[in-house]
This record gives sequence, structure tokens and C-alpha cells, in this order.
Amino acid sequence: MFRFVVRRLLQTIPVLFVIITATFFMVRFVPGGPFTSERALPPEILRNLEAHYGLDQPIWRQYTNYLGRILRGDFGPSFKYSNRTVNEIIGDKLPVSLELGGLALGVALLIGLPLGVLAAVRRNSWLDYLASSTGMLGICVPTFVLGPLLVLFFAIHLRWVNASGWYDWTDRVLPALTLGFVYAAYLMRLTRGGMLEVLNQDYIRTARAKGATETRIVLRHALRGGLLPVISFLGPAVAGILTGSFVIETIFQIPGLGREFVNSAFNRDYTLVLGTVILYASLIVVCNLAVDVVQVWLNPKLKFE
Amino acid sequence: MSAVAPASVELERGSSPGRDAWHRLQKNRLAVAGGIMLLVLTVLCVAGPWFLRATYQEQNLDLGATPPSAAHWLGTDTLGRDLLVRLLYGGRISIGVGLCATLVALTIGVVYGAVAGYVGGKADAVMMRLVDIIYALPFTIFVILLMVFFGRNIILLFVAIGAVEWLTMARIVRSQIMALKKMEFIEAARALGYGHRRIIFRHLLPNALGPIIVYATLTIPAVMLLEAFLSFLGLGVQPPMSSWGTLIKDGAEKMEEFWWLLVFPGGIFSLTLFSLNFLGDGLRDALDVRAAKD
Repeated sequence: MFRFVVRRLLQTIPVLFVIITATFFMVRFVPGGPFTSERALPPEILRNLEAHYGLDQPIWRQYTNYLGRILRGDFGPSFKYSNRTVNEIIGDKLPVSLELGGLALGVALLIGLPLGVLAAVRRNSWLDYLASSTGMLGICVPTFVLGPLLVLFFAIHLRWVNASGWYDWTDRVLPALTLGFVYAAYLMRLTRGGMLEVLNQDYIRTARAKGATETRIVLRHALRGGLLPVISFLGPAVAGILTGSFVIETIFQIPGLGREFVNSAFNRDYTLVLGTVILYASLIVVCNLAVDVVQVWLNPKLKFE
Repeated sequence: MSAVAPASVELERGSSPGRDAWHRLQKNRLAVAGGIMLLVLTVLCVAGPWFLRATYQEQNLDLGATPPSAAHWLGTDTLGRDLLVRLLYGGRISIGVGLCATLVALTIGVVYGAVAGYVGGKADAVMMRLVDIIYALPFTIFVILLMVFFGRNIILLFVAIGAVEWLTMARIVRSQIMALKKMEFIEAARALGYGHRRIIFRHLLPNALGPIIVYATLTIPAVMLLEAFLSFLGLGVQPPMSSWGTLIKDGAEKMEEFWWLLVFPGGIFSLTLFSLNFLGDGLRDALDVRAAKD
């Protein structure tokens, strides 16, 4: 187990390295820099700015400098917000995005898992059909349609909540529901499928023959196996929730890192783009690793190869 | 194992596997409805604009935004442009992007997967390890970067989206080829002295066509979703051209006063996704394709 985790951790290092390198050179080789604006800066000032940020050095030098800094956990100064470092900006905005993502994941699990289990247990009942239609709805009505529609109805028409902002808990409701609903749909489908497969297995029949109650069979015996496909989906789901928050934060005007990332790309704020990409990539890679470990832990058939 | 599972029991004589699947598909009412809906939408989007007087950029600033009426069935936007006309033109772009990017993904995925599965051994291990690694990358982020930095042109959009969506196709094709290549007819083809390329493209791939069709059908909605996602962030199709994604974005900005600008584009987009998914699911059942786990 320990060796497995260590090996997988070591495998993530080259992946992260590739991501950093690719992003670094992509960002550097594009036309237009952070200091290109409508009004051309006088050449002396431009030179001073570039010297200040180390942009006058040869590119490989900049690259090794950057790698060195990242190893020390320092993402450097922001190009666009003078006097602010990328670390400060991330420290400001990331908690907001994490809260949104956490709430959305909670919504997804709370709706998706019970509905999926019930749909599988009561197969072909009205509940199953309800769950299936909900699942299809979540997959076919994307967040950028659902979000504005919810705002239109609950914020503008009924005036129950604010249309945008991020102040008290009522502001959390619509964004978390919007972002979570899609994943609730996927989780529901996967849970239902997984549970159906497991409920047909011999060991479930054995448990039934031994007189275990239906609740016990579902919760104690079936759930563990039935949740396997769900667990393996959680890695991609977390990645999706992270990138999905770009749209949600735009719709609801939430001051999170997702909106900041999109803005920084538009502004060509190199260091901020690099910093956020590396952060997102690491988060996703770590989540995938965690999912792998949990999966093997739950399913003895898979050995820690 | 052929692409189509040997049919269950009483088959009328002379029924080919393809026709058999076709019959099964016809019995699935949702899938048929989805297929018809798609056909209608595509015909409307392609041919509709020819029969309408207004063009998508024709403005009428005096008119401004009006709710649905007899003259403008779905209303007009703030610049007085007819929403129905814009939706039809937008549909051309959205459906076009969906098809083209799927084609890109299909080509890369099929060739990659077929080669990996056919060659096998070390090369296969390396190639699939690469796919695993790419799977783990935050690809949406890279597409966003690409679109921001290298101008928002529509060709790049196809390539970027296609480059993201080929991975699943590669895995599916590979597992199919792996199973097929051990069969006798491939041995026969080899004994006849055919080259690798001929064996892959003439003998192996046609037998893997079922899963390929199914996953291509399911890739189209995923691609359209990604395009709309990018357009919603302002990174996709640029004005005066519009896709459904950009129309939804405009609608979301103005919905407070002009609800129809959001509801109709959002509705037609979701309807299209519904149709594609139902058709894809129906095809999967009809062709009896089991999800390739590996």
C-alpha cells in the first residue's frame, strides 16, 4: 500500500513537469505581452519593466529561474496587479472556489447517491423513471443554461435570493445547486448502474437466503461494490467542478479563482496564468491519485501493482 | 466477436446484422424521436435561412428588443435582429463545429487506437500510458489558453476540441482491435500476404464499426457542449457570427428585461443535446455495444 502510493506520487512528478513546461513556453511564445496596451509605453519604461520582471533575460534562463522559484513554492509577482504576488491572489481567491466546489460536490453526492441507489433497488418503478429523467436533464441542460434560468426564476421573478454576489449563505444556494446538479446526474447514473450489476451477484442471493433484511443487504453488502464506478468517476468530477466553476463564477459574479484565471488569460498576466494552471493541474493530479488509492482499497480484486 | 452480437433466437432468414440492429433501433421510441428531431433541426438550420428575408446581421435599431410576435416568432434582440434567424444561423455553426470537431477526434482516436491495438506489446503499452497521462491533464484549461493566446479562430476551435475528445475513442478502438486481431479471418488475411495497413483498414476497422458509430454519436454532444462552454466565456465563435453558445451568453446578460433571449437559445440547445444523447443511447442498445471499460 505504502509503496503503491509512493510510486504513484513519483509518477505524478513528470506529469506536473510536462504541464509546467508546456504552459510556460506556450505563454511565452504568444504574440502580445502583458505590457502591450492601447498606448505604447516609452521604450525606456518598457525596458525597465522587463528588467524588473526578468523578461530581458534569455528564455531558458527565465525558465530555470521559474522552476527554481516554484520548487520554493513561490509563484512570483503578478504582472497586472502591481505590488501583488500570485501567491497572495491565490490565497485570496482559492478559498472561495474551494467552498463553491465543496458545496457543489456535496449537492452532487446528496442528490446523486441516494437517488441512484433507490432507482436500482426499485427498478422500473416511478422512482426509477424519475431518477432517469433527472439524470438526462442534468446531462442535457448545461450549467450555463441552468444557472441563468435559476437566476431568472428564483432571483428575478420570485426575488428569494440575490442574482449575484457572494456575501451570506443565501448567495451560496444557486451556484452550488447549478454546479452540483450536473454531477448529481452523472453520479445517479453510475450509482444505479453499479448497484444493478452488484445486486445480481451470487453473494447478494446468499445474503438474502440467510435472511438479511433488504436494507442491510443494500447498505452493508451491495453498496461497497456498487460504489466502485462512482469512486472512479470522482477524479474527473473534481476536475470538472474546478473548471466548471469558471462559468459559475462568471454567471454569479463570485470572486473566486476560476474567474480570476479566465481574466488573467485575457490580460496575459503570465505569472498568474502559470500559477493557476499549475495549481489546478496539481489539484487534479492529486485527486486522481486519491481516487486510485481508494479504489484499490475498496476493491481487493485490484492489487496494488 | 463481431461488432454486432449474434442475434438472440428466431431471426428471419436473410436478415443481416445491420438490418437487425436497424429494427431494434426503430423499436426504441425515444431514439427515433431524437433522430427525427435532429434531422428536422439540421434541415431547418441549413435550409431555413434561405427562406427567411432577414439575415443574421440585419439590424433594426428603432425596433430594439421585442417579445415574440407574429412578425418575429421568437422576438428580436436589443439590436432589433430577428432571434429565429440568429438561432438558425447559430445552429449552422454549433452543429458544424460539433460534426467537424468530432471528425477530428474520430480520425485521431481511430488511427491511434487501431495502431496501438494492432501492434501490441511495448509500443502499445507506451501509447496507452500516454493516453492515461493526457487523460489526467486539465485539458479544458489548455483549450482556454489556446483560444485566448492564439486568436479565436474557428479552425483552431475544431482542432483544439478534437484534440481533447479523441482519448476515449482511442481506448475503445484499441480494445476492439485487440479482441479482433486474434480471430481466424485476420490470420487468413495475413496468410494471404496482405500488408498491415490493409489488414487494419479493410479487415479490422470495418468489424469495429458499431462501437465507433456509437461513441461518435455520443462525442458530438460533448463537443457541442465544450464549444458552447467556450463561447459562453467569450472564447469561442466571435461576433457578428454567433453559435448557440454565444446566443446563450447574450441572453444570460440581458435576461432581466428580455427573457426570451435566454429561454429560446437555451431551450433549443438542450433539445439538441437531448436528441443526440437519446439517439446515441438507442444506437448503443441496438448495436449491443458494451462500454469498453479498459
